Amino acid sequence: MDFTTLTISQIHELLKSRQATAVEITQAHLAHIEQKDKDVRSYLSLCPERALEQAKRVDAAVAAGEALAPLAGIPVAVKDVIMTRGHHTTCGSHILENFVAPYDATAVQRLERAGAVILGKTNCDEFAMGSSTENSSFFPTHNPRDLTRVPGGSSGGSAAAVAANLATVALGSDTGGSIRQPSAFCDIVGMMGTYGRVSRYGLVAFASSLDHIGPFGRSVRDVALVLQTIAGNDPLDSTCAALPVDDYVGALTGDIRGTRVGVPTEYLNGLNPEIRGNIQKGIDLFGKLGCEIVPISLPHTEYAIGCYYIICTAEASANLARYDGVRYGFRSPQHDDLRDMYRKSRNLGFGAEVKRRIMLGTYVLSSGYYDAYYLKAQKVRTLITRDFVEAFDEVDVIVTPTSPIPPFKLGEKMDDPLQMYLADIYTVTASLAGIPGISVPCGKTPSEPSLPVGMQILAKHFDEANLLRVADAYEKAGGFKIS
Amino acid sequence: MAFTEKDVRYVAELAHLELTEDEIKKFLPQLDSILQYVEKLNKLDTSEIEPMAQVTYPGSENASMRADVPCRYFSQDEALANAPEQGAGCFKVPSVIEREE
Repeated sequence: MDFTTLTISQIHELLKSRQATAVEITQAHLAHIEQKDKDVRSYLSLCPERALEQAKRVDAAVAAGEALAPLAGIPVAVKDVIMTRGHHTTCGSHILENFVAPYDATAVQRLERAGAVILGKTNCDEFAMGSSTENSSFFPTHNPRDLTRVPGGSSGGSAAAVAANLATVALGSDTGGSIRQPSAFCDIVGMMGTYGRVSRYGLVAFASSLDHIGPFGRSVRDVALVLQTIAGNDPLDSTCAALPVDDYVGALTGDIRGTRVGVPTEYLNGLNPEIRGNIQKGIDLFGKLGCEIVPISLPHTEYAIGCYYIICTAEASANLARYDGVRYGFRSPQHDDLRDMYRKSRNLGFGAEVKRRIMLGTYVLSSGYYDAYYLKAQKVRTLITRDFVEAFDEVDVIVTPTSPIPPFKLGEKMDDPLQMYLADIYTVTASLAGIPGISVPCGKTPSEPSLPVGMQILAKHFDEANLLRVADAYEKAGGFKIS
Repeated sequence: MAFTEKDVRYVAELAHLELTEDEIKKFLPQLDSILQYVEKLNKLDTSEIEPMAQVTYPGSENASMRADVPCRYFSQDEALANAPEQGAGCFKVPSVIEREE
């Protein structure tokens, strides 16, 4: 039996009925990585000892007749911006190439407490800045659905690992679409909960008012199971919400009759006709499932990219000031004095996109420009959030494309940062508003080369249960393979 | 407002980045086009709009208040484990005070 293609529930049944051991499941994945990741290059580092030790603990629990948590023995990949104690956490950056994490992120700790088996750390754009994983300081990751194309980003390694069966599920981080867009490109499911739903303790900060940790999986149910485990209050993250976590798996009833599905007109105008065609079929499927389709307006959408790139770069310029070669990270061996050491360490340690964003963020916060750029963007953020609050008076969920373009070729868009930023249009709006979003597969583009299309579903703050119910009903009705 | 080479050098100085001449040439048109693009925000009248610094939700204020109790954290060795250079239990940096001979 090929253990690498299974869902969480299938592995759980095999372990419970003693048809397989967690060690066998883990070894099967490590062997598959050994063979397949030469081409995909989704992992930056593996932690086989940690994985096998954890698997042995799970097997011992089974042998002792203990009840197994749903995630016990499940192989997980973790994006390399999330701390794993005693292991490298590089953020895809030369500046942290030799950094060993001194503690576990809360999300990692919760997964391991639930018995999950962490296989290794996945590639990403440097400090999660990018949409293709080509900004990794180490190497680009390839899309398992077409190795000549990018897996999306910034969590491209996690998405590619799950798509290529190199892990059952994965953790990523999403600031402006970094979980949802690679899910769409790699033809899998990825979710960002409400801002504050999942603790960011141990997530290396990029833009603190926008950063999230969230799950990837090959089914909505698997994503729900991971979110269930990592969500909830954490005293170590003061932005984490002290609100109870709903029963996400119990919400997956398959019945979404009467759900009001909003379709924002602004999001479909001028869209690539092939992607538009698939999304329209997805919307029609919701109609067949008994939903009411409601056209809505999100009038400030065209300002979202400008707003997002001012806010995220401003926050990044402040967050990345800590990389100065003093307490951790790369220090330039040649320098005249302390100031020179900061500058040379940062210039040699950071890659082009990170420098570009630090420069932009420093500029928009600088004296004389703060009001014109940063304060202005914060006010526009209020308007974008208000668009959603008003829309959710009329609808329960909102359906959009995840990306306006299908996965592109490696190297195709590297020289034009603005063009790359503009492709984030459908994901950054939800990030600015802090609402939850999920990307699910929505068939393939009809003409050759046939490429994955992703559909994004958004919901109200803390309405993850309803969001997952809608996504799961869509999956059960065959939405992933729409044609 | 056009972004100039002087601006690039000034911002790099503020950000503690020592850019090469090639980087300055490359970044100038890229940053300029991004800044021109974000100018479109000025089409919106936001004089009556409150700025939003953070996503807030009911209970979020209280959620950040808790008793300040010490817990086990890093030992000195753990805190220094990733230091590029250390000595006598401290992070070492190039000398910052000049000695008079």
